[in-house]
Amino acid sequence: MVTLGDYLIVSGILFTIGFAGVMVRRNIIIILMALELMLNAANLSLVAFSRFHVDPSGAPNYNAQVFVFFVITVAAAEVAVGLAIVVALFRLRRTTHVEDITSLKF
Amino acid sequence: MMLVFGVAVVINRNPVASALSLVVSFLALAALFMSLDAYFIGIIQVLVYAGAIMVLFLFIIMLLDLRAEELRKINWVASAGGLAVALALMVQIFAVVGRFSLAKQTFPSLARSTSDDVHRIGLLLFDNYNLPFQIIGVVILVATIGAVMLSRRETR
Repeated sequence: MVTLGDYLIVSGILFTIGFAGVMVRRNIIIILMALELMLNAANLSLVAFSRFHVDPSGAPNYNAQVFVFFVITVAAAEVAVGLAIVVALFRLRRTTHVEDITSLKF
Repeated sequence: MMLVFGVAVVINRNPVASALSLVVSFLALAALFMSLDAYFIGIIQVLVYAGAIMVLFLFIIMLLDLRAEELRKINWVASAGGLAVALALMVQIFAVVGRFSLAKQTFPSLARSTSDDVHRIGLLLFDNYNLPFQIIGVVILVATIGAVMLSRRETR
């Protein structure tokens, strides 16, 4: 049988992949994609806990699923703004490489 | 399969291949949501992530005409450091889940079908979570206006 821990482990591995992507890759667009992976890992563990916590009427706890809905919505808004910033930056600097963008570096 | 394509997102040098791996990874994740009886979330995942967000990513990648970045040398020290931090994080997650007593239990069976979960989530959304729902609407409006403002060319 599949346990709650199995889903949590998968979620943790997915989060780690996203985290490694943010740390290792130097392309802004890939970094944004890795951020999406991390958000989805959080969603997976939320849905797993929602299914795990069955309320007395016999249905899963839908509060967590509403929360996942909010996370997805905010992620969509964040991607829209982030990609708009990337486009503006590319127009200015002709690069999407984070090491070429050091104006704020002290 | 989801994890394999998740790794592919990170290690692919070509951004288009990376984005397509991300689509497959999200579809597999939607299948996992379905296996957890969360049909509404699974469908939303396919529509919003695999549909809208990934089209946006591919559109931007092709608009910017990004080539595979093979000219760059990889900064090995930074990569090794990042991987070490990520591995430490994974070890910690494993340790925490391993000690978590609830994690060894299987999922309890459901007394009722979840095929009406759109109805249930909708009721909850407009009843208990009405204020956050409206705030989310404002957030999306602000994000849309911000995206338009950012991508507008200066015409003055």
